[in-house]
Amino acid sequence: MRIPILKLKEYLLVSVQIELDDQTALQFQEDILNKIHEEGSRGVVIDLTSVDFIDSFIAKVLGDVVDMSNLMGAKVVLTGIQPAVAITLVDMGILMHGVPTALDLEQGLEKLQQELEG
Amino acid sequence: MSQTCVEVRSEWSIVAARQAGRTIAKEVGFGSVDQARITTAISELARNIYLYAKVGEICIEKVVEANKVGVKVSASDNGPGIKDLRRVMEDGYTTSGGLGAGLPGVKRLMDEFLIDSKEGEGTKIHAVKWLR
Ligand SMILES: Nc1ncnc2c1ncn2[C@@H]1O[C@H](COP(=O)(O)OP(=O)(O)OP(=O)(O)O)[C@@H](O)[C@H]1O
Ligand SMILES: [Mg+2]
Repeated sequence: MRIPILKLKEYLLVSVQIELDDQTALQFQEDILNKIHEEGSRGVVIDLTSVDFIDSFIAKVLGDVVDMSNLMGAKVVLTGIQPAVAITLVDMGILMHGVPTALDLEQGLEKLQQELEG
Repeated sequence: MSQTCVEVRSEWSIVAARQAGRTIAKEVGFGSVDQARITTAISELARNIYLYAKVGEICIEKVVEANKVGVKVSASDNGPGIKDLRRVMEDGYTTSGGLGAGLPGVKRLMDEFLIDSKEGEGTKIHAVKWLR
């Protein structure tokens, strides 16, 4: 399965709507980097509103996507992390330090804009 | 309610195991936060089996004791086993380039956690979450 990546001007928007198996997560990582490269995107918003759990593997993949995109010159913001997911991640000791987040897609886009202009 | 067991031997069985866990956690009456905790714990245990033992089994069951109910997750494999049990329970310890968050994480996500492993024989882990 593949997660659709939408383009909005200089940004990419991704809404994760399916259960993330390992292969899908890794494919997503590759797809997003390729898309940043093809489109010359400056920012990416990954919306996790529909994701109801994140384990250590998915957390690592997401953290890596942020780092890899940064290396390529694109900023990534994670949005819509559910309360249950935030609680579980902290229980697990996974703090996602240095990963920009916002409440929802709209605020995520605002955050990107601020970061890119500021 | 009986026990549901999932044989772990592929990435897909990791998905199957956690979906089975979420279904049972819901049936027992856990809220969304504990459902996420139980699902995550199962995902960690199933992935460890897949990564380190290749093949094994995850069983999930409702448990009833005196005046409490809960969900018990059992993971078992006949893989290489774990030499230093104390070490693998440390945050950040990994032999596979992971976060090393799996086992210590499962211990914190669940209320009871028991690990039994012998080098060369395999690993058994039991974890229980009680409904409060
Ligand atoms: N079923 C198992 N059989 C053999 N060794 C195991 C098993 N489960 C865990 N281990 C060992 O314990 C270590 C710690 O496991 P843990 O799940 O905490 O972290 P990880 O799998 O390395 O990384 P993460 O789970 O954060 O992606 C593993 O690196 C592995 O060496
Ligand atoms: Mg692990």
